[in-house]
Amino acid sequence: MSDLRTHAAEIAEQFSDHLEVTDDEVEDRLRNLVEEYRVPVEEARRSVINSYLDEAGLEREELGRGGNEEIRLADIDQDEQWVDATAKVVELWEPRSDSVAQVGLLGDESGRTKFIAFETSDLPELEEGAAYRLGNLVTDEYQGDFSVKLNRTTTIEKVDEEIEVGDDAVSVEGALVDIQSGSGLIKRCPEEGCTRVLQNGRCSEHGDVDGEFDLRIKGVLDDGETVYEVIFGRETTEELTGITLDEAQQMAKDALDTTVVVEEMRADLLGTYYRVSGPELGRYVLADAVERLTERADPEAVLIKARSI
Amino acid sequence: MSSNEIPSREVARRVFADEFNDAAFTFKESDDDRAPVYALLPTGGKANRVFFVGTLTEKDDVGEDNEYWRGRIVDPTGTFFVYAGQYQPEAASTLRDLEPPAYVAVVGKPRTYETDDGGVNVSVRPESIQVVDAATRDRWVVETAERTVDRIGAFDDEGNEYARMAREEYDLPTDRYVESAVSALESVEESDGDALGVGGDADADLQPEP
Repeated sequence: MSDLRTHAAEIAEQFSDHLEVTDDEVEDRLRNLVEEYRVPVEEARRSVINSYLDEAGLEREELGRGGNEEIRLADIDQDEQWVDATAKVVELWEPRSDSVAQVGLLGDESGRTKFIAFETSDLPELEEGAAYRLGNLVTDEYQGDFSVKLNRTTTIEKVDEEIEVGDDAVSVEGALVDIQSGSGLIKRCPEEGCTRVLQNGRCSEHGDVDGEFDLRIKGVLDDGETVYEVIFGRETTEELTGITLDEAQQMAKDALDTTVVVEEMRADLLGTYYRVSGPELGRYVLADAVERLTERADPEAVLIKARSI
Repeated sequence: MSSNEIPSREVARRVFADEFNDAAFTFKESDDDRAPVYALLPTGGKANRVFFVGTLTEKDDVGEDNEYWRGRIVDPTGTFFVYAGQYQPEAASTLRDLEPPAYVAVVGKPRTYETDDGGVNVSVRPESIQVVDAATRDRWVVETAERTVDRIGAFDDEGNEYARMAREEYDLPTDRYVESAVSALESVEESDGDALGVGGDADADLQPEP
Protein backbone atom coordinates (compact mmCIF):
# COMPACT_ATOMS: atom_id res chain seq x y z
CA MET A 1 0.00 0.00 0.00
CA SER A 2 3.03 2.28 -0.23
CA ASP A 3 1.56 3.27 -3.57
CA LEU A 4 -1.35 5.02 -1.88
CA ARG A 5 1.07 6.61 0.54
CA THR A 6 2.98 8.14 -2.38
CA HIS A 7 -0.18 9.49 -3.97
CA ALA A 8 -1.27 10.89 -0.60
CA ALA A 9 2.04 12.67 -0.10
CA GLU A 10 1.83 14.22 -3.58
CA ILE A 11 -1.70 15.47 -3.01
CA ALA A 12 -0.87 16.88 0.42
CA GLU A 13 2.09 18.68 -1.10
CA GLN A 14 -0.08 20.21 -3.84
CA PHE A 15 -2.44 21.66 -1.24
CA SER A 16 0.21 22.64 1.26
CA ASP A 17 -0.16 26.34 0.38
CA HIS A 18 -3.92 26.29 0.73
CA LEU A 19 -5.09 23.81 3.34
CA GLU A 20 -3.93 22.12 6.50
CA VAL A 21 -3.87 18.54 5.34
CA THR A 22 -1.56 15.79 6.41
CA ASP A 23 -0.38 12.82 4.41
CA ASP A 24 -2.30 10.56 6.79
CA GLU A 25 -5.64 12.25 6.23
CA VAL A 26 -5.26 12.08 2.50
CA GLU A 27 -4.18 8.47 2.66
CA ASP A 28 -7.23 7.57 4.74
CA ARG A 29 -9.55 9.13 2.19
CA LEU A 30 -7.82 7.36 -0.68
CA ARG A 31 -7.80 4.04 1.15
CA ASN A 32 -11.48 4.32 1.87
CA LEU A 33 -12.32 4.77 -1.80
CA VAL A 34 -9.90 2.19 -3.11
CA GLU A 35 -10.43 -0.55 -0.54
CA GLU A 36 -14.01 -0.08 0.62
CA TYR A 37 -15.57 1.07 -2.61
CA ARG A 38 -13.27 -0.59 -5.16
CA VAL A 39 -12.54 2.66 -6.98
CA PRO A 40 -9.47 2.55 -9.27
CA VAL A 41 -6.54 4.48 -7.81
CA GLU A 42 -6.48 7.18 -10.51
CA GLU A 43 -10.18 7.84 -10.07
CA ALA A 44 -9.82 7.92 -6.31
CA ARG A 45 -7.00 10.40 -6.61
CA ARG A 46 -9.08 12.61 -8.85
CA SER A 47 -12.03 12.47 -6.50
CA VAL A 48 -9.94 13.33 -3.43
CA ILE A 49 -8.25 16.24 -5.23
CA ASN A 50 -11.64 17.58 -6.29
CA SER A 51 -12.98 17.47 -2.77
CA TYR A 52 -9.95 19.38 -1.46
CA LEU A 53 -10.34 21.91 -4.30
CA ASP A 54 -13.90 22.51 -3.11
CA GLU A 55 -12.74 22.87 0.43
CA ALA A 56 -10.11 25.41 -0.52
CA GLY A 57 -12.37 27.20 -3.01
CA LEU A 58 -9.88 26.74 -5.82
CA GLU A 59 -10.12 25.98 -9.52
CA ARG A 60 -8.13 23.02 -10.72
CA GLU A 61 -5.94 25.28 -12.87
CA GLU A 62 -5.00 27.45 -9.93
CA LEU A 63 -3.67 24.59 -7.92
CA GLY A 64 -0.02 25.12 -7.26
CA ARG A 65 1.41 22.21 -9.12
CA GLY A 66 4.11 21.60 -6.61
CA GLY A 67 5.10 18.58 -8.60
CA ASN A 68 6.13 20.45 -11.76
CA GLU A 69 9.48 19.58 -13.08
CA GLU A 70 12.00 22.38 -13.42
CA ILE A 71 13.00 21.71 -16.98
CA ARG A 72 15.85 22.67 -19.27
CA LEU A 73 14.41 24.18 -22.45
CA ALA A 74 16.28 21.82 -24.75
CA ASP A 75 14.82 18.84 -22.88
CA ILE A 76 11.23 19.69 -23.79
CA ASP A 77 10.14 16.79 -25.93
CA GLN A 78 6.45 16.33 -25.13
CA ASP A 79 3.29 18.20 -25.91
CA GLU A 80 1.02 19.52 -23.13
CA GLN A 81 3.32 19.04 -20.17
CA TRP A 82 3.24 21.37 -17.18
CA VAL A 83 6.74 22.59 -16.49
CA ASP A 84 8.70 25.26 -14.64
CA ALA A 85 11.73 26.93 -16.12
CA THR A 86 14.27 29.58 -15.31
CA ALA A 87 15.14 31.43 -18.48
CA LYS A 88 16.18 34.68 -20.03
CA VAL A 89 14.02 36.53 -22.55
CA VAL A 90 16.38 36.45 -25.53
CA GLU A 91 14.15 38.23 -28.00
CA LEU A 92 10.67 39.71 -28.16
CA TRP A 93 8.88 39.60 -31.49
CA GLU A 94 6.05 41.64 -32.88
CA PRO A 95 2.83 39.69 -32.16
CA ARG A 96 1.01 38.84 -35.40
CA SER A 97 -2.40 38.72 -33.75
CA ASP A 98 -4.32 40.89 -31.29
CA SER A 99 -4.93 37.90 -29.05
CA VAL A 100 -1.21 37.54 -28.43
CA ALA A 101 0.23 39.69 -25.66
CA GLN A 102 3.85 38.69 -26.08
CA VAL A 103 5.82 36.29 -28.25
CA GLY A 104 9.53 35.67 -28.49
CA LEU A 105 12.41 33.45 -27.55
CA LEU A 106 13.38 32.19 -24.10
CA GLY A 107 16.87 30.87 -23.55
CA ASP A 108 18.71 28.94 -20.87
CA GLU A 109 22.02 27.07 -20.74
CA SER A 110 20.58 24.25 -22.83
CA GLY A 111 19.15 26.28 -25.71
CA ARG A 112 16.29 28.42 -26.90
CA THR A 113 12.54 27.91 -27.12
CA LYS A 114 9.74 30.04 -28.47
CA PHE A 115 7.24 31.30 -25.91
CA ILE A 116 3.84 32.87 -26.28
CA ALA A 117 1.57 34.71 -23.81
CA PHE A 118 -2.04 35.52 -24.62
CA GLU A 119 -3.93 38.71 -23.79
CA THR A 120 -6.60 36.72 -21.95
CA SER A 121 -4.04 35.46 -19.43
CA ASP A 122 -3.49 39.04 -18.23
CA LEU A 123 0.12 38.54 -17.16
CA PRO A 124 2.80 41.09 -16.31
CA GLU A 125 5.02 41.91 -19.30
CA LEU A 126 8.36 40.21 -19.71
CA GLU A 127 11.33 42.42 -20.53
CA GLU A 128 13.84 41.56 -23.20
CA GLY A 129 17.18 40.58 -21.67
CA ALA A 130 15.77 39.88 -18.19
CA ALA A 131 15.79 36.49 -16.48
CA TYR A 132 12.71 34.96 -14.85
CA ARG A 133 11.65 31.95 -12.89
CA LEU A 134 8.49 30.86 -14.67
CA GLY A 135 6.13 28.46 -12.94
CA ASN A 136 3.29 26.54 -14.60
CA LEU A 137 4.16 26.75 -18.28
CA VAL A 138 2.52 24.40 -20.72
CA THR A 139 4.53 22.86 -23.53
CA ASP A 140 3.25 22.89 -27.08
CA GLU A 141 4.31 21.22 -30.28
CA TYR A 142 3.96 22.27 -33.91
CA GLN A 143 5.45 20.16 -36.70
CA GLY A 144 8.10 18.79 -34.40
CA ASP A 145 9.08 22.16 -32.92
CA PHE A 146 8.40 22.67 -29.23
CA SER A 147 7.41 25.90 -27.54
CA VAL A 148 5.98 26.95 -24.19
CA LYS A 149 2.74 28.78 -23.50
CA LEU A 150 2.25 31.07 -20.56
CA ASN A 151 -1.26 30.91 -19.08
CA ARG A 152 -3.14 32.70 -16.34
CA THR A 153 -1.78 30.39 -13.65
CA THR A 154 1.79 31.04 -14.72
CA THR A 155 3.91 32.58 -12.00
CA ILE A 156 6.53 35.09 -13.09
CA GLU A 157 9.35 35.98 -10.76
CA LYS A 158 12.23 38.12 -11.95
CA VAL A 159 15.55 36.63 -10.89
CA ASP A 160 18.85 38.35 -10.55
CA GLU A 161 20.89 35.78 -12.42
CA GLU A 162 23.05 36.05 -15.46
CA ILE A 163 21.92 33.23 -17.73
CA GLU A 164 24.36 32.20 -20.38
CA VAL A 165 22.08 31.21 -23.23
CA GLY A 166 23.19 27.95 -24.74
CA ASP A 167 23.97 27.35 -28.34
CA ASP A 168 21.48 24.97 -29.86
CA ALA A 169 22.74 25.61 -33.34
CA VAL A 170 22.37 23.01 -36.01
CA SER A 171 25.03 22.47 -38.59
CA VAL A 172 24.07 21.64 -42.16
CA GLU A 173 26.11 20.93 -45.27
CA GLY A 174 25.38 20.87 -48.93
CA ALA A 175 25.72 22.54 -52.29
CA LEU A 176 24.19 26.01 -52.58
CA VAL A 177 21.66 25.26 -55.32
CA ASP A 178 19.57 28.42 -55.26
CA ILE A 179 19.52 32.02 -54.10
CA GLN A 180 15.90 33.09 -53.78
CA SER A 181 14.14 36.35 -54.49
CA GLY A 182 14.46 38.88 -51.69
CA SER A 183 18.24 38.32 -51.60
CA GLY A 184 21.12 40.69 -52.26
CA LEU A 185 20.72 44.42 -51.68
CA ILE A 186 17.31 44.88 -50.08
CA LYS A 187 15.42 47.65 -48.32
CA ARG A 188 13.79 47.25 -44.94
CA CYS A 189 10.96 49.21 -43.36
CA PRO A 190 12.42 51.92 -41.07
CA GLU A 191 9.42 51.97 -38.70
CA GLU A 192 10.28 51.29 -35.07
CA GLY A 193 10.25 47.54 -34.40
CA CYS A 194 9.39 46.69 -38.02
CA THR A 195 12.13 45.21 -40.15
CA ARG A 196 9.99 43.89 -42.97
CA VAL A 197 11.62 43.71 -46.38
CA LEU A 198 10.02 46.17 -48.79
CA GLN A 199 8.45 45.02 -52.04
CA ASN A 200 8.69 47.79 -54.64
CA GLY A 201 9.25 50.35 -51.90
CA ARG A 202 6.19 49.22 -49.92
CA CYS A 203 6.03 47.64 -46.49
CA SER A 204 3.16 45.18 -46.11
CA GLU A 205 2.33 46.83 -42.76
CA HIS A 206 3.27 50.52 -43.16
CA GLY A 207 2.77 51.17 -46.89
CA ASP A 208 5.13 53.45 -48.84
CA VAL A 209 8.18 54.20 -46.72
CA ASP A 210 11.71 55.42 -47.26
CA GLY A 211 13.48 52.10 -46.72
CA GLU A 212 16.89 51.39 -45.27
CA PHE A 213 19.39 49.35 -47.28
CA ASP A 214 20.51 45.99 -45.96
CA LEU A 215 22.16 42.84 -47.27
CA ARG A 216 20.91 39.32 -46.93
CA ILE A 217 20.76 36.02 -48.78
CA LYS A 218 17.92 33.52 -48.70
CA GLY A 219 19.74 30.47 -49.95
CA VAL A 220 19.02 26.79 -50.44
CA LEU A 221 21.56 24.20 -49.39
CA ASP A 222 20.94 20.72 -50.74
CA ASP A 223 22.86 17.54 -49.96
CA GLY A 224 20.99 15.32 -52.41
CA GLU A 225 18.69 13.99 -49.68
CA THR A 226 17.44 17.06 -47.82
CA VAL A 227 16.85 20.70 -48.65
CA TYR A 228 17.83 23.36 -46.09
CA GLU A 229 16.61 26.92 -46.41
CA VAL A 230 19.21 29.22 -44.96
CA ILE A 231 19.06 32.93 -44.20
CA PHE A 232 22.32 34.85 -44.15
CA GLY A 233 22.06 38.23 -42.44
CA ARG A 234 24.22 41.21 -43.30
CA GLU A 235 27.35 40.04 -41.49
CA THR A 236 27.41 36.51 -42.84
CA THR A 237 26.46 37.78 -46.32
CA GLU A 238 29.40 40.19 -46.26
CA GLU A 239 31.69 37.43 -45.06
CA LEU A 240 30.44 34.97 -47.67
CA THR A 241 30.51 37.29 -50.66
CA GLY A 242 33.26 39.73 -49.73
CA ILE A 243 30.82 42.49 -50.71
CA THR A 244 30.12 45.04 -47.97
CA LEU A 245 26.87 46.96 -47.70
CA ASP A 246 28.67 50.14 -48.86
CA GLU A 247 30.15 48.38 -51.86
CA ALA A 248 26.79 46.86 -52.73
CA GLN A 249 25.16 50.30 -52.66
CA GLN A 250 27.92 51.65 -54.89
CA MET A 251 27.45 48.75 -57.33
CA ALA A 252 23.73 49.45 -57.47
CA LYS A 253 24.33 53.18 -57.96
CA ASP A 254 26.76 52.57 -60.83
CA ALA A 255 24.37 50.17 -62.55
CA LEU A 256 21.22 52.14 -61.67
CA ASP A 257 19.86 48.77 -60.62
CA THR A 258 19.92 46.92 -57.29
CA THR A 259 19.67 43.46 -58.89
CA VAL A 260 23.32 43.58 -60.06
CA VAL A 261 24.24 42.74 -56.46
CA VAL A 262 22.30 39.49 -56.25
CA GLU A 263 23.45 38.55 -59.76
CA GLU A 264 27.07 38.87 -58.73
CA MET A 265 26.34 36.82 -55.60
CA ARG A 266 24.71 34.07 -57.64
CA ALA A 267 27.70 33.90 -59.97
CA ASP A 268 30.07 33.69 -57.00
CA LEU A 269 28.30 31.24 -54.77
CA LEU A 270 25.97 28.89 -56.64
CA GLY A 271 27.12 25.34 -57.16
CA THR A 272 29.64 25.45 -54.32
CA TYR A 273 29.57 23.41 -51.12
CA TYR A 274 29.15 25.05 -47.72
CA ARG A 275 28.70 24.17 -44.08
CA VAL A 276 26.37 26.52 -42.24
CA SER A 277 25.58 26.60 -38.54
CA GLY A 278 23.06 28.57 -36.58
CA PRO A 279 19.73 28.26 -34.78
CA GLU A 280 16.74 26.82 -36.56
CA LEU A 281 13.66 28.97 -36.79
CA GLY A 282 10.66 27.38 -38.41
CA ARG A 283 11.81 26.15 -41.79
CA TYR A 284 14.92 28.31 -41.83
CA VAL A 285 18.42 27.94 -40.49
CA LEU A 286 19.69 31.37 -39.46
CA ALA A 287 23.34 31.36 -40.41
CA ASP A 288 25.64 32.43 -37.56
CA ALA A 289 28.67 30.91 -39.21
CA VAL A 290 29.42 29.78 -42.73
CA GLU A 291 32.37 27.91 -44.07
CA ARG A 292 33.18 26.91 -47.61
CA LEU A 293 34.01 23.20 -47.83
CA THR A 294 37.43 23.14 -49.38
CA GLU A 295 39.01 20.09 -47.84
CA ARG A 296 39.94 17.54 -50.44
CA ALA A 297 37.19 15.04 -51.18
CA ASP A 298 38.18 11.61 -49.93
CA PRO A 299 36.94 8.77 -52.13
CA GLU A 300 38.34 5.97 -49.90
CA ALA A 301 35.38 5.38 -47.61
CA VAL A 302 32.90 5.35 -50.50
CA LEU A 303 35.15 2.98 -52.50
CA ILE A 304 35.07 0.53 -49.61
CA LYS A 305 31.28 0.78 -49.47
CA ALA A 306 30.94 0.35 -53.24
CA ARG A 307 33.22 -2.65 -53.36
CA SER A 308 31.28 -4.37 -50.59
CA ILE A 309 28.09 -4.48 -52.68
CA MET B 1 2.30 16.33 -42.86
CA SER B 2 -0.80 18.46 -43.17
CA SER B 3 -2.30 19.22 -46.56
CA ASN B 4 -2.18 23.00 -46.22
CA GLU B 5 1.57 23.02 -45.92
CA ILE B 6 3.58 24.96 -48.48
CA PRO B 7 4.74 22.43 -51.06
CA SER B 8 8.29 21.68 -50.15
CA ARG B 9 11.07 22.31 -52.59
CA GLU B 10 12.22 19.28 -54.55
CA VAL B 11 15.62 17.91 -53.59
CA ALA B 12 18.35 18.11 -56.24
CA ARG B 13 19.34 14.44 -56.66
CA ARG B 14 22.89 13.29 -57.27
CA VAL B 15 23.22 10.98 -60.23
CA PHE B 16 26.02 10.23 -62.68
CA ALA B 17 25.52 10.88 -66.39
CA ASP B 18 25.36 7.20 -67.36
CA GLU B 19 22.48 6.50 -64.99
CA PHE B 20 20.77 9.82 -65.72
CA ASN B 21 20.73 9.12 -69.46
CA ASP B 22 19.10 5.75 -68.78
CA ALA B 23 16.30 7.39 -66.76
CA ALA B 24 13.85 7.64 -69.66
CA PHE B 25 10.72 6.75 -67.71
CA THR B 26 8.87 9.65 -66.10
CA PHE B 27 5.86 9.70 -63.78
CA LYS B 28 3.71 11.86 -61.53
CA GLU B 29 2.54 11.02 -58.03
CA SER B 30 -0.76 12.88 -58.19
CA ASP B 31 -3.38 13.80 -60.80
CA ASP B 32 -2.91 17.50 -60.22
CA ASP B 33 -1.81 19.31 -63.40
CA ARG B 34 0.90 21.08 -61.49
CA ALA B 35 2.15 17.96 -59.72
CA PRO B 36 5.89 17.50 -60.17
CA VAL B 37 7.13 15.14 -62.88
CA TYR B 38 9.81 12.71 -61.77
CA ALA B 39 12.40 10.84 -63.76
CA LEU B 40 12.69 7.28 -62.47
CA LEU B 41 16.32 6.47 -61.66
CA PRO B 42 17.35 2.91 -62.62
CA THR B 43 18.99 2.40 -59.20
CA GLY B 44 15.63 3.08 -57.51
CA GLY B 45 14.92 6.74 -56.88
CA LYS B 46 13.02 9.68 -58.28
CA ALA B 47 14.40 12.97 -59.51
CA ASN B 48 12.47 16.14 -60.25
CA ARG B 49 15.68 18.12 -59.94
CA VAL B 50 19.36 17.23 -60.26
CA PHE B 51 22.64 18.86 -59.29
CA PHE B 52 25.80 17.89 -61.11
CA VAL B 53 29.31 19.15 -61.71
CA GLY B 54 31.32 18.32 -64.79
CA THR B 55 33.41 19.66 -67.60
CA LEU B 56 31.71 21.75 -70.24
CA THR B 57 33.40 20.44 -73.39
CA GLU B 58 31.28 21.97 -76.14
CA LYS B 59 28.54 24.52 -76.56
CA ASP B 60 26.48 25.22 -79.65
CA ASP B 61 23.66 27.54 -80.50
CA VAL B 62 21.28 25.05 -82.09
CA GLY B 63 18.32 27.46 -82.25
CA GLU B 64 16.78 28.49 -85.54
CA ASP B 65 15.06 31.83 -84.91
CA ASN B 66 15.99 32.30 -81.28
CA GLU B 67 19.12 31.44 -79.40
CA TYR B 68 18.95 27.91 -78.06
CA TRP B 69 22.14 26.74 -76.44
CA ARG B 70 23.17 23.12 -76.09
CA GLY B 71 26.01 22.27 -73.75
CA ARG B 72 27.82 18.96 -73.37
CA ILE B 73 28.93 18.44 -69.79
CA VAL B 74 31.08 15.44 -69.08
CA ASP B 75 31.47 13.53 -65.81
CA PRO B 76 33.59 10.39 -65.25
CA THR B 77 30.78 8.15 -66.53
CA GLY B 78 29.31 9.97 -69.53
CA THR B 79 27.82 13.17 -70.87
CA PHE B 80 24.95 15.34 -69.67
CA PHE B 81 23.18 17.34 -72.35
CA VAL B 82 21.77 20.67 -71.24
CA TYR B 83 19.51 22.89 -73.32
CA ALA B 84 18.83 26.53 -72.45
CA GLY B 85 16.77 29.00 -74.45
CA GLN B 86 14.80 32.18 -73.88
CA TYR B 87 12.97 30.77 -70.87
CA GLN B 88 16.26 30.02 -69.11
CA PRO B 89 17.89 33.41 -69.69
CA GLU B 90 20.51 33.12 -66.96
CA ALA B 91 21.71 29.69 -67.98
CA ALA B 92 21.58 30.63 -71.67
CA SER B 93 23.72 33.69 -71.14
CA THR B 94 26.21 31.69 -69.06
CA LEU B 95 26.55 29.17 -71.90
CA ARG B 96 26.91 31.97 -74.45
CA ASP B 97 29.74 33.56 -72.48
CA LEU B 98 31.63 30.46 -71.38
CA GLU B 99 34.72 29.21 -73.13
CA PRO B 100 35.05 25.41 -72.92
CA PRO B 101 36.63 23.52 -71.35
CA ALA B 102 35.45 24.65 -67.91
CA TYR B 103 34.20 23.01 -64.74
CA VAL B 104 30.57 23.93 -64.26
CA ALA B 105 27.94 23.18 -61.62
CA VAL B 106 24.41 22.77 -62.94
CA VAL B 107 21.06 22.75 -61.14
CA GLY B 108 18.26 21.68 -63.41
CA LYS B 109 15.25 19.57 -64.25
CA PRO B 110 15.29 16.30 -66.16
CA ARG B 111 13.54 16.44 -69.53
CA THR B 112 12.83 13.61 -71.94
CA TYR B 113 12.10 13.74 -75.65
CA GLU B 114 11.35 11.10 -78.21
CA THR B 115 13.75 10.72 -81.07
CA ASP B 116 12.72 10.07 -84.67
CA ASP B 117 13.60 6.41 -84.32
CA GLY B 118 11.26 6.04 -81.32
CA GLY B 119 13.92 6.11 -78.61
CA VAL B 120 13.86 8.49 -75.65
CA ASN B 121 16.66 10.92 -74.92
CA VAL B 122 17.12 12.45 -71.50
CA SER B 123 18.46 15.96 -71.11
CA VAL B 124 18.61 18.74 -68.52
CA ARG B 125 16.79 22.05 -68.54
CA PRO B 126 19.10 24.15 -66.40
CA GLU B 127 17.96 26.53 -63.67
CA SER B 128 21.52 27.72 -63.17
CA ILE B 129 24.99 27.04 -64.55
CA GLN B 130 28.02 28.39 -62.70
CA VAL B 131 31.75 27.97 -63.13
CA VAL B 132 33.33 26.12 -60.19
CA ASP B 133 36.76 24.79 -59.28
CA ALA B 134 38.29 21.31 -59.48
CA ALA B 135 37.84 20.67 -55.73
CA THR B 136 34.09 21.23 -56.06
CA ARG B 137 33.98 18.82 -59.00
CA ASP B 138 35.86 16.14 -57.02
CA ARG B 139 33.57 16.63 -54.04
CA TRP B 140 30.56 16.14 -56.31
CA VAL B 141 31.99 12.94 -57.78
CA VAL B 142 32.56 11.43 -54.33
CA GLU B 143 29.17 12.58 -53.07
CA THR B 144 27.36 11.27 -56.15
CA ALA B 145 29.16 7.93 -55.94
CA GLU B 146 28.00 7.65 -52.32
CA ARG B 147 24.38 8.50 -53.11
CA THR B 148 24.41 6.03 -56.02
CA VAL B 149 25.93 3.26 -53.92
CA ASP B 150 23.38 3.97 -51.15
CA ARG B 151 20.51 3.66 -53.64
CA ILE B 152 21.89 0.39 -54.97
CA GLY B 153 22.44 -0.87 -51.42
CA ALA B 154 18.74 -0.29 -50.71
CA PHE B 155 17.57 -1.68 -54.07
CA ASP B 156 16.45 -5.02 -52.66
CA ASP B 157 14.93 -3.58 -49.48
CA GLU B 158 11.34 -4.52 -48.83
CA GLY B 159 9.03 -1.62 -49.55
CA ASN B 160 11.46 0.21 -51.83
CA GLU B 161 8.79 1.50 -54.18
CA TYR B 162 11.10 3.14 -56.71
CA ALA B 163 13.29 0.05 -56.95
CA ARG B 164 10.15 -1.96 -57.68
CA MET B 165 9.20 0.53 -60.42
CA ALA B 166 12.73 0.42 -61.83
CA ARG B 167 12.55 -3.37 -62.07
CA GLU B 168 9.26 -3.09 -63.95
CA GLU B 169 10.22 -0.26 -66.29
CA TYR B 170 13.87 -0.99 -67.02
CA ASP B 171 15.83 -4.09 -67.79
CA LEU B 172 19.00 -2.67 -66.35
CA PRO B 173 21.03 -4.60 -63.78
CA THR B 174 22.39 -2.24 -61.10
CA ASP B 175 25.90 -3.77 -61.31
CA ARG B 176 26.84 -1.45 -64.13
CA TYR B 177 26.21 1.61 -61.95
CA VAL B 178 28.32 0.16 -59.14
CA GLU B 179 31.13 -0.31 -61.64
CA SER B 180 30.86 3.22 -63.00
CA ALA B 181 30.73 4.66 -59.46
CA VAL B 182 33.88 2.71 -58.56
CA SER B 183 35.76 3.89 -61.65
CA ALA B 184 34.60 7.48 -61.01
CA LEU B 185 35.99 7.27 -57.47
CA GLU B 186 39.24 5.79 -58.75
CA SER B 187 39.61 8.65 -61.20
CA VAL B 188 39.35 11.15 -58.30
CA GLU B 189 41.85 9.11 -56.30
CA GLU B 190 44.36 9.21 -59.15
CA SER B 191 43.94 12.86 -60.10
CA ASP B 192 45.89 15.60 -58.37
CA GLY B 193 42.67 17.39 -57.80
CA ASP B 194 43.56 20.40 -59.88
CA ALA B 195 43.96 19.07 -63.40
CA LEU B 196 41.15 19.94 -65.77
CA GLY B 197 41.07 16.38 -67.04
CA VAL B 198 37.99 15.09 -68.76
CA GLY B 199 37.37 11.67 -67.29
CA GLY B 200 35.48 8.79 -68.75
CA ASP B 201 36.08 6.44 -71.60
CA ALA B 202 36.19 7.15 -75.29
CA ASP B 203 32.53 6.60 -76.01
CA ALA B 204 31.42 8.89 -73.17
CA ASP B 205 31.08 11.51 -75.87
CA LEU B 206 28.26 9.71 -77.61
CA GLN B 207 24.69 10.38 -76.57
CA PRO B 208 23.80 7.02 -75.05
CA GLU B 209 20.96 5.11 -76.60
CA PRO B 210 18.04 4.85 -74.21
